[in-house]
Order: sequence, then structure tokens, then C-alpha cells
Amino acid sequence: MHSLPRTLRAFWIRLRGLFRHRSAAADIAAELDSHLQMHIDDNLCAGMTPEEARRQALIKLGGLDQTQQTVRERSTLPWAETLAQDLRFALRQLRKSPGFTAVVIVTLALGIGVNTALFSIVNTVLLHPIALTHPGELVAVDASKPNFERGSISYPNFRDWQRDNRSFTALAIYRHLGFVLTGAGQSERIHGDLVSSDLFSILGVKPVIGRLFTPGEDDIGHAPLVIIGQGFWARKLGSDPNVIGRAIDLDGRAFTIIGVIPSSFDLNVGSFRAEDVYVPIGQWDTGALKLRGAGLGIHGIARLKPGVTLVQARADMYAVSDHLAAVYPEDDHGLRASLTPLRDVIVGSVQPILLVLLAAVGFVLLIACVNVANLLLARASSRAQEFGVRLALGASRKRIIRQLLTESTLLALAGGILGLALAAWGTGAAVKLVPAALPRAEQIHVSPMVLCFTFLLSFAVGIFFGLIPAWRVAAQQPQNTLRDTSRTVHGSRHRAQDWLVVFEMAAALVLLAGAGLMIRSLIALSHTDPGFQPKGILTFSLAVPYSQALSTDDGARAYLREVDRQIKSVPGVRAASLTWAAIPLTGDDDEQLFWLSTEPKPADTNDMHWALRYIVEPDYLNVLELPLLRGRFLTDADQVDAPPVAVIDEDLAHQYFGDADPIGQTLNFNDPEEKATIVGEVGHVMQWTLDNDAGFPLRAESYISLIQLSKYSLVSTAGFTSDIVIRADHPDTVFPDVQSALRRMNARQVAYGPETMDQFIAEGLAARRFSMILLGVFAALALLLATVGLYGVISYLVGQRAQEMAIRMALGADRGNVLRWVLRRGATLAGIGVASGTVAALLVTRFMASISLAKSSIIYGVHPWDPITMVGVIVVLMGVALLACYIPARRAASVDPMQALRSE
Amino acid sequence: MSDKPDVWQGTLALMVLKTIETMGPQHGYGIARRIEQTSGNLLSLNYGTLYPALLKLEQEGAIVSEWGTSDNNRKAKFYRLTRVGRKQLEREARNWEQATAILARFLSPAEEA
Repeated sequence: MHSLPRTLRAFWIRLRGLFRHRSAAADIAAELDSHLQMHIDDNLCAGMTPEEARRQALIKLGGLDQTQQTVRERSTLPWAETLAQDLRFALRQLRKSPGFTAVVIVTLALGIGVNTALFSIVNTVLLHPIALTHPGELVAVDASKPNFERGSISYPNFRDWQRDNRSFTALAIYRHLGFVLTGAGQSERIHGDLVSSDLFSILGVKPVIGRLFTPGEDDIGHAPLVIIGQGFWARKLGSDPNVIGRAIDLDGRAFTIIGVIPSSFDLNVGSFRAEDVYVPIGQWDTGALKLRGAGLGIHGIARLKPGVTLVQARADMYAVSDHLAAVYPEDDHGLRASLTPLRDVIVGSVQPILLVLLAAVGFVLLIACVNVANLLLARASSRAQEFGVRLALGASRKRIIRQLLTESTLLALAGGILGLALAAWGTGAAVKLVPAALPRAEQIHVSPMVLCFTFLLSFAVGIFFGLIPAWRVAAQQPQNTLRDTSRTVHGSRHRAQDWLVVFEMAAALVLLAGAGLMIRSLIALSHTDPGFQPKGILTFSLAVPYSQALSTDDGARAYLREVDRQIKSVPGVRAASLTWAAIPLTGDDDEQLFWLSTEPKPADTNDMHWALRYIVEPDYLNVLELPLLRGRFLTDADQVDAPPVAVIDEDLAHQYFGDADPIGQTLNFNDPEEKATIVGEVGHVMQWTLDNDAGFPLRAESYISLIQLSKYSLVSTAGFTSDIVIRADHPDTVFPDVQSALRRMNARQVAYGPETMDQFIAEGLAARRFSMILLGVFAALALLLATVGLYGVISYLVGQRAQEMAIRMALGADRGNVLRWVLRRGATLAGIGVASGTVAALLVTRFMASISLAKSSIIYGVHPWDPITMVGVIVVLMGVALLACYIPARRAASVDPMQALRSE
Repeated sequence: MSDKPDVWQGTLALMVLKTIETMGPQHGYGIARRIEQTSGNLLSLNYGTLYPALLKLEQEGAIVSEWGTSDNNRKAKFYRLTRVGRKQLEREARNWEQATAILARFLSPAEEA
């Protein structure tokens, strides 16, 4: 019967009626009055007396007031009117106690704000770490081999895996590679990825213009093609749509542009980044590409066929790689494909710590809620009389409960809105803290989902914690409350609040202990000796395009000597060395396979010994300030025609020569095959990470002279690239001078990527510092909230007992007694909280120690039950707690007894 | 209590619409009297119940009101049918005729046999 638009129209009019009911009421009154008058007129005509006429008319109408009421209800929305009334009353009540209101709103805002901020981070990083289609089907493919769980795949193995597997829609490989871009303004070093043809189609990336690589275009010997990133397209080519088919010069070769990848494409796996250019892997100008045994830092990504599970795919790939190991034992012995869900690769290292932080922030919210509940409880108790009076005057319990719920929901909503603002700001601040440690960090934002989360949370908090006092009010007998004018409150009413405060104290202590341990870990780490002196070291890279000067070995060596000379001539540079894979803690590594003279040559490479290979110049010792333990370091006398020499570190010495003197011993190198005499031993350098160097199986280190190696493969057809380390007086500011010196020497060579060793170390600890700062903030919040909670409870107690204390003082108790009594009360609560918190903290920190951040425990270099941390935390918490009690205690003691007594 | 039946739920609106259609613009009192008369005084109509019904119809857009002057020179609020109201009247009248016809068949089955 009733169509929706008509019902809506009526609803709208009634809603409007809410705001103009004064004029509407007058209108109704006038209409009914006119009705009555007409009826009376008729009745008079029918011969009734005026009184009778009016009486009959009223009867027939059904009463004037009743009619007016029913019409009025129809003209507005009665429930909305009550709600508006409740809201107005609630606002008035909240305005009346601004302190209470502010504390509740700020408390909730803090709790909700930090939760929303962290949830935003977790939402992006853990729940949506890959912004690609069907990310669950993507797996990272690597080669597991001795010393490397997820080692690199050689190109021949990749081709065989690609052909033989039956589990993947497609398998692709990638490797980071820098290029020197020439012919477009000043020579510039740009970032690129070598990729196989299928990479973008596996990831589901569509080009902005042009096309992707097709199968075969990634083969060795194919004509050079390139796909460029949208950013590079805009920056270097002005987003010209006609670039397809044009060529750009990379490392002196012309590459034809076939497509543009959108800038929205973002993937951060291993060494792969969304970069400037993408070049087919077959274009890589290195002879080693064709070697099955080569470790070139190539890694793979594959998409599972629909319906194929990870376990099935693993079994399939094991079979494939085991077969290859049987066919090519000298290269593939002990080598197997390794499959890891891409998601785990991306978030694996940060997932545990983020979950810890989520738990911590959950605790903060819990403390905030407990605080609010406590405040609402205290307030409800002090308003018991008000409710008693209202109940006695005939207010329904339902109405009073609704009133209380309105108040608490209003508070929660205000807290939620303020919290959201806090979250928006906090998310931004947190993201700035950590640029690289989290996947997709730059895409973290407060999403609509998180927005809903916040509001649901604040609603839930408001309703839940509004219910407790409401339920109490509903249960109370008005006559009891009214009789209870002396306001001596029963013990049971305090007990709930006492326990809540104890809980808050305990939770705050746990968080403080956790944060304390994180801080201690970071301090311990910053005091870790990496085996060299990082202060004063600047690293950068140099790319020299191929030219006539490099065409002969002698020419190349002379060129490098000139590079050295130019760098060292810059004022403030004290030592410099060209290096290959010899900068510790940067993730760069190169390995040397060897066997000892006392052993026969092993049949295949996987049975040889492994050592890290640092290819350096003699000055390297001075740049890193390595401790020389025995013999000598490489010198300028170790020329290309001199007998090959090597310097080893103490780990290699200990592992292969025990306590014997290694000087004069021979190492037989595999590639290039050569015998090198050990001439010196230096201290061990932390190659991998500051916090977990010992956790890596490959620690033995060897130093080889760059010049001695130059007879093999110093310069390729692309030219020459090298990392350079220098020790300088001002490593932060010296780079421009070095850069211009090198540019003066040869305008086509590019020095790029300056970074100090301190920066590398800081980056390595970024994730740890990030979690420490967050946990520290959470702990500080917990401390603040718990303190406010304790303060609130003690203040309330003092307020309630004001009379009792006044009587005591009037009877002669001295003020000190009162002060001590209040303080004792607070100290007892705090003490119980601290005691139970300590027990909980001992359990939690044990658990924290088992949680790792990139393979090493988040608690480093300090025992999880570190007494200094524990005692420190307890002292801080007790101190702050006593301070929180002291303020109301002072107030209690300074009260004028007569005034307190008179005020009742 | 009187033995006259009360106005059935949902029928008052229809009676009001029909009355206004027949009489033209009319005030509440007039409508009430007319309904009573039309029913041959068989219905017990509480005049007060008419006003929420009028307001509802007005909110739904079936009628509009306007202050005017009655036959005996009293200020009164007059209700007039709108196009929407006319359609509603037609539809509901048709529904009622159908409903009563069906019920009639049930209640006098003898004729059919």
C-alpha cells in the first residue's frame, strides 16, 4: 500500500518537524480550536446550552490535550526528539565537568589513535604487501646450495628449470644492474633491472604505452631492447608518446625502447626495485652468464598454475633440479630449487615485530579503555544521588540507562574523531621513521577500512564501558542512595576500580620493560665492534664507459692508478681504495672457492671450501683501519707480474690452519685457477649484519689485490665499474669535490651513490630502531595513562573521604597522618600492580627474546631478564605513581576540616 | 461502550480521500461530520483521530492544506486533494472493491451453487 518514496517524504517532513515544532504546535492548536468552535456552533444551533455544547464537542474530539499530543507525535519523530534531548543533556553534563571530559576524550583518542596508526601500517604491510593480481600464486624461486639457503640461480639452470617444470604458469628471473646513460645531457648513472621476458606478464603489469618483452627477446645475442619506467619516461623523455622505437644509449650501446611501465608498479623483492630501465637478461655483457656454476645474484619469481599447491610445486622443482644435479654434477651437485611464497619473502622479516607492536598497542588501547571505564565508574558513583532523585521522581530506569549510554557514546565518538586525527598524523610520522625497512612503506595511509575500524572501536568502547555504570544504576534502589547522604561509600564499589588500576600498572610495567630491553639492545648494537672503524668512511661507485684508454690491460691499470691519484689529491681525503664486493654490511658479497695445498683438488666445486672474497687495493687497510694481526697487508709491490698473494682474516686462519701460523701457506683458487701465498692475517670484519654476523655460515674472508687480478677480467665491453671506499676528514661533505675531480679527469665517467659507512649501519638498524621508537612511544603512553588512572582513583577516593578525613583532623589527627594514609593507599595499589607486572614482564620478555627481526632476536646483547632494565623500570613506575598520588594527598591534607564538614 | 464499530485500521485514510474528492476542499471538522453522515451514523468516529491521519496524508503528499474561511465565517484549515492523492484514492478504492467482492463470494456461497 505504501510506496517507499511516499514513506521517505513523510519521514523527511517529520524530521524537519523536529526543528520547527514551535510554529507547528501553534498551527495544530489553531486548527483544533477552529474545529471546536465550528462543532460548538453546530451544537448551539442544535439547541444545547453553551456549556453542554462545549462539553459534547470535546468528548467527540476525544480530549484536546490527547489529540494535540497524537498530532504532535505524528508531526515529528518522537524517538529522535528524545535522542536530541538526551544529547543536549549529555553535552550539558559533559561541559559541566570539563576536566573529566577532556581526560576521557584524550585518553580514548590516544588509545584509538595509536591503534589506528599501527593498524594502517599493518594493513598495508602485512595484509596487502603486494599490489599485484592474485598475489597468493606468486612464489620467489631461488637455488639452495651450501652456505646459501636462497642463493642465486645461474642462467643455464634457469633455462632448464623454465623448460622442465610443470607447476608454473611462467618462471622469470631478475637482477639489479646499473647503467651509464649517455647522449641525453650529462652522463648519468641510472638504475635498471635485467629481466627475463615473462617477468612483467607474471606480475600482471600492463604497459602504459608500447608492449612487454616477448619470449626469445631475452635470449643471449638478441638485438638490444629496453622497457622504461614511467618516471624515467617523464624525467628524461618528457613523456613523449612517440618514444616507442627510438633508442637510448646505455653503457655506450643503443637500446630500442619498446614499452613504458606504469609508475604505479612497485615491487621490492631481494635486489629488485621498480627502476628506470628494464633490459632483457640476455643483454648482460658478462661471460659468466653462460656458466652453470656462476653465482651472479640472479633470482626468480614464478606464478603457480591454478590448483597447484606450493608443496606440489616444490616436489616438482626438486625433481627438476635433482635431475640437473645428476647431469651436471660439477656445477649442480648439492643444488636444489627453493620455493618461498612471495609474501613471506617480502614481509617475513618484519612480520613478527609488527605483530609484537600490534600486541603492545592493543595493550595501550586496553589500558585506555580501563581508564575510561574507571573514570565513568567513579563518575557514576558520584552521581548516584542524582540518579536516586530522578528514579524517586519517577524517571524510568530505561531512560536513565539510555542517558548514560548517550553520554559515554558521545565521549567515545569525540575520542574516536580526535583519535583519527592523531592517527593520520601518527601514520605519517611513523612512515617517515622507516623509509626502507617495510614493504610498500610509501603507500601506507589511513584507509577507509581503517576508518571503519576506528569508528567501530570507539563505538564498542563507548557502549561497553557505558554499560557497566548503567547496569549499576539500574540495579540500585533509590531509597538506599538517597539515605546514603553521608556519601560513605561501600568498599565493594572501590574494589573494581582498585583492580583496574592494578591491572593498568602491571600492563604499563610490561610495556616499559619491553621498551627498555629494546633500547638496551640498540645501545648494545651501537657499541658492537664491526671489526673496522666505520667513522670517517665514505663509499661511492664509479662507472667508466668503455674507451680506447681501457682497451689494453696496461692502459686500464694506468687509468685506475690515475683514478686513485685524482681521488687522493682531493683535500681531506686520507686514504682510498677501489674495491669489488668489499664493503661490509652493504649486502654485497663475492665468494672465492679454494682448497688447501695439503688436500687433493676436489672433483666438483661444491666440495671446495668457501671464503668471502674482497678484491681491494693496498690502501684498503688504512681506509677501514683493519687490525693487522700477522705478516703484512697487500702492498704496491704486489704487481701483476709478481707472485700472487692473499691476505686472510682470523676466521679463515682459525678454521683451516688452527693455531698454526698461516703465513707462507698456499691457497689454491678455483676461478681463476691460481695459487696464492698467504702473506698476512687481519682481524675479522662483520660482513653480513651487525646483529647476526655469527648466524651466517660463511664467515671466512680473503683479500686479493685488484691489480693482480687485472690480468683476467677488469674491463668488459661496457667499460669498468667499481665501488670506492675512502677515509676522509669530513665524509659527509667531501663527495662533491671527489666527483668534480673525477669529472675533470674524464667527463664521461660517473661517480655516484655516495653513502657513509655510518649511514649503512643506521640503515641496517632501521627496522630495529623503528620498533624501538614505537614500543617506546607505546610504553610512554601506557605509563601516562596508568598514571592518570591512578591519579583519578586516588583523587576520587580523597573526594569521597573528604568528610571522614575532616573529622579525623578535627579530632586531632595531624596532616602528616592524612598524607601518609593517602600515599599508603596509592603505593599499595601501585605496589601490587608493579609486583604482578614484574612477573608478567619476566614471561613476556622471555617470549620477546624468541622473536626475531631478520634472523636475529629483537633482544640483542642483553639478557631478557636484565636486572638493570627491570629495576630501572620499576623505579620509574613507582616514582611516577607516587607523584600521581602525592598531588591529591596534599589536597586532602590541606583541606580545612570545618569547611569540609560544613559543606555537607 | 457503544455497539457501533470503530473505524477499521487503514480505512480512515481512504474515507478521508474519498470525502475530499466528493466535497472538494474541506476542513477537518467538515470531513469528520461527512464521514459520520455517509456511514449513516453507523461508525463511531473519534474526531481527534482524524487529525493525525490528515497530517500523515499531507506528509505523504496526497493532500495539501491551506488556511481559509468556513461557511459561517470561521478561520479553518482546508484540505485539498493532489494528483498523487487522486491516484492513491483510485488505487485504494479499486483494491477495496476487489477485497470486498472476494469476501462477499466467501460469505454467500449459496448463490454460487
